[in-house]
Amino acid sequence: MVSDGLLVLVPPIGFFIAQFFYNNQLLLLTMMLYVVLAQGINIIFGFTGYLPFGYVGFFGAGAYGTALSVIFLHVPAALAVLLGGVAGVLLGALLSPLLRLSGAYFAIASLAAAEALYYLISNPQVSAVTNGPYGVNLSSVYNSGAAYIAAVALVGLAGLCVVWVRRSHFGMSLRAIRADPLSARMAGVQVVRARTYAWLISSTLAGLAGAIYGWAVSVFYPEAVFDLSISVFAIVFALFGGVGTVLGPLLGTIVLFGVYNAIGISQPQYFQLIYGVLIVLIVLFLPNGLLSIRLRGRSRVK
Amino acid sequence: MGSSPSGCVGGLVSSSPALRIAGLTRHFGGLPALDGIDLELARGEVVALLGPNGSGKTTLINVVSGIYRPTAGTVEVMGRNATGATPQAMVKIGLNRTFQSPRPFRPLTVRENVDVALRHGRARDQSREEVLELVGLAGKEDRIADSLNSAEQKQLDLARALATGPDVLLVDEFAAGLRMEELDWAGKLVRTLAAQGRALLVVEHLMGFVRQVADRVVVLNAGKPIFAGSLEEAAHDTRVVEVFLGGG
Repeated sequence: MVSDGLLVLVPPIGFFIAQFFYNNQLLLLTMMLYVVLAQGINIIFGFTGYLPFGYVGFFGAGAYGTALSVIFLHVPAALAVLLGGVAGVLLGALLSPLLRLSGAYFAIASLAAAEALYYLISNPQVSAVTNGPYGVNLSSVYNSGAAYIAAVALVGLAGLCVVWVRRSHFGMSLRAIRADPLSARMAGVQVVRARTYAWLISSTLAGLAGAIYGWAVSVFYPEAVFDLSISVFAIVFALFGGVGTVLGPLLGTIVLFGVYNAIGISQPQYFQLIYGVLIVLIVLFLPNGLLSIRLRGRSRVK
Repeated sequence: MGSSPSGCVGGLVSSSPALRIAGLTRHFGGLPALDGIDLELARGEVVALLGPNGSGKTTLINVVSGIYRPTAGTVEVMGRNATGATPQAMVKIGLNRTFQSPRPFRPLTVRENVDVALRHGRARDQSREEVLELVGLAGKEDRIADSLNSAEQKQLDLARALATGPDVLLVDEFAAGLRMEELDWAGKLVRTLAAQGRALLVVEHLMGFVRQVADRVVVLNAGKPIFAGSLEEAAHDTRVVEVFLGGG
């Protein structure tokens, strides 16, 4: 059994080394940010059962939080990235009343919130602040090497968060809530409060991911950082690997994102078809994710 | 109300009852499921709640434990007003309950099930071992709750409630479905829990079990208390006999 320390340390080290063997640094960086988003989905969905379709809202908030910090506050890039994380957690706090809704309504409401934020930021009437639909330019702080290192660190942080949630008393409470919210209340657990903490951790991770993305690409448009397919991919990667585990979302992202790019490069005309069929097959045959193969094997032994 | 079902039974009710329910009423869509229930329980006392199906026994437990808000009336726990408190608040004030069909945290181990309640309850000096020993689950700490049989799941549900350190415990059909040899043990457990200073309100259908554990009984019908007293008196009460034998 691999220890948690290794699970936290190996992915960032692996990604750090990978840049010396693979020349498409932006692709690796994007993969890392998807690992972070998938782990963020893991924390909120895997441990509370709440599926945020509007998860990309935090990513966009992080990207714009960073951009506006650079443009208006003239702070150094590293601080701007942290402020992007702050933007994510503030949006999470603002949306935390949604956690009083039941699952399906929560999913839809979070989607609506992300769309609303997108239209707010891309509105030409606020272009004095956000530059509206014309996007932002951070070329003054552009540093792809440093952004890559920041993403490596964020992958480590995301792993640490998941290991902590999984091993801590807090995580135990979350699993109890997920198993039976009513019993959890009768065990004295503050159900809404515990869900809110998970939600804030998750929104911070997505905010930081968006922040690093904004820094790394340095020029972006609102539709790029509020693209709903970012939510969808993060959710699919997390589910493919298996939520509620530490390793699942990591493996899910590496495998599926890898396949995604392989198909996209070699067979672009069949991309949607192959990818769609793949997802249907996964849902049919591996509803609990890749890691369930291992777990299934283990329970058979017992 | 001169014929309050509480207070009239010997010297068992002390000056400050562990649980005092007054005029408790709950409507569902205009229909009264509970209609002006008065009840007092002292520490160390076991009161059995009887009544036909649909008479409001489980609804009473759900309202008192904070799962439903009362439409009217008050709930006091250990002298503190707890009317309309949430389940979490009830746990902190010192009241807990078990579920008719047990609701343990199924994917979690027995150990984790108890630990959640120990951690979020009010009795942090209590140990997991004590609780599991008491309910008869010692040695099964590593079992997944879902793999327990139904009697064990009831024991675990009770362990979850006890681990929060309640002064008042509402027990919804703990004996139902137990085998004969388990019934005697369950009866002794209920008496032990009371002897340790808790007040227990138990909902039961098994009269043998009620005779073994209850100091007195309260009979509900259609959301109203129709009798309070000893089980022997209840058996000779015309209203009670009518309700149970389906007359009138």
